[in-house]
Amino acid sequence: MTFKKYLVLLAIVCFGSTGDTLLARGMRDVGEVHLSNWTHAITAIFNPWIACGIVCLIVFFGSYLASLSWADLTFVLPATAIGYVVLALLSKFFLHEQISLARWAGIGMIVAGVGFVAGGPSVTERNEGHEVAALVGDSEERA
Amino acid sequence: MRTAYTWAAITAIVLASTAGDVLLAYAMQRVGDLGEIRERDGLFAAIRAVVSNPWFMLGVGCMALAFFSLLVGLSWADVSLVAPASASITFVTNAIAAKLFLKENVDRRRWFSAVFVAAGVLLLAH
Repeated sequence: MTFKKYLVLLAIVCFGSTGDTLLARGMRDVGEVHLSNWTHAITAIFNPWIACGIVCLIVFFGSYLASLSWADLTFVLPATAIGYVVLALLSKFFLHEQISLARWAGIGMIVAGVGFVAGGPSVTERNEGHEVAALVGDSEERA
Repeated sequence: MRTAYTWAAITAIVLASTAGDVLLAYAMQRVGDLGEIRERDGLFAAIRAVVSNPWFMLGVGCMALAFFSLLVGLSWADVSLVAPASASITFVTNAIAAKLFLKENVDRRRWFSAVFVAAGVLLLAH
């Protein structure tokens, strides 16, 4: 894992959670969408909050694909789950939603989960095709 | 009956998004390091390499299916149940699918982290 690759993971976390928050903020303006007014779901993309949210989510998706091109799925998904924590904090401070004790506990568990995976190797060694090889790579990476 | 519908929708979301994630990961594995492709041939070559990959298209199709299952699920049940429940289960099914289909080395550390994140996401719903 190089510094550049950590930046890509950071982009996944930041743009994913910011995109979702912007969508949620925009949908407050748009209001509830029902079958009777389903066209609101389409005109919603012209809402500036939602448009910015979509741009963020496009950057998120590009970074996500880039990370999958050099790291394992079972590394990228938990490592970027810290985005849920960012999302919870954004919704507290930007959208003024309440965070209950159970949510703080959830945030703690996600942080622990991210900690577990972040200490390990980011990609399965495929040349040797053996688990031992992956473990050797792990200790070298941490050394 | 409503509960059965809700869990049917959650199952559909989990299956479609797991298939989508695994297909996207497989596609990117075959395309190769995007950073290197971009440095060598430019950004547009990198985008073309991804978009022209049939596994990528299949993965995006599954993601779209997951998205519409989510919309349908939301019409039957609260977002605070459907979204975290499906996201949380998907972390675990993804770990299983990555081990089975992508032959990733899912060691104890990664199982722990998948289960911790899944539990954490579920708690976020409260």
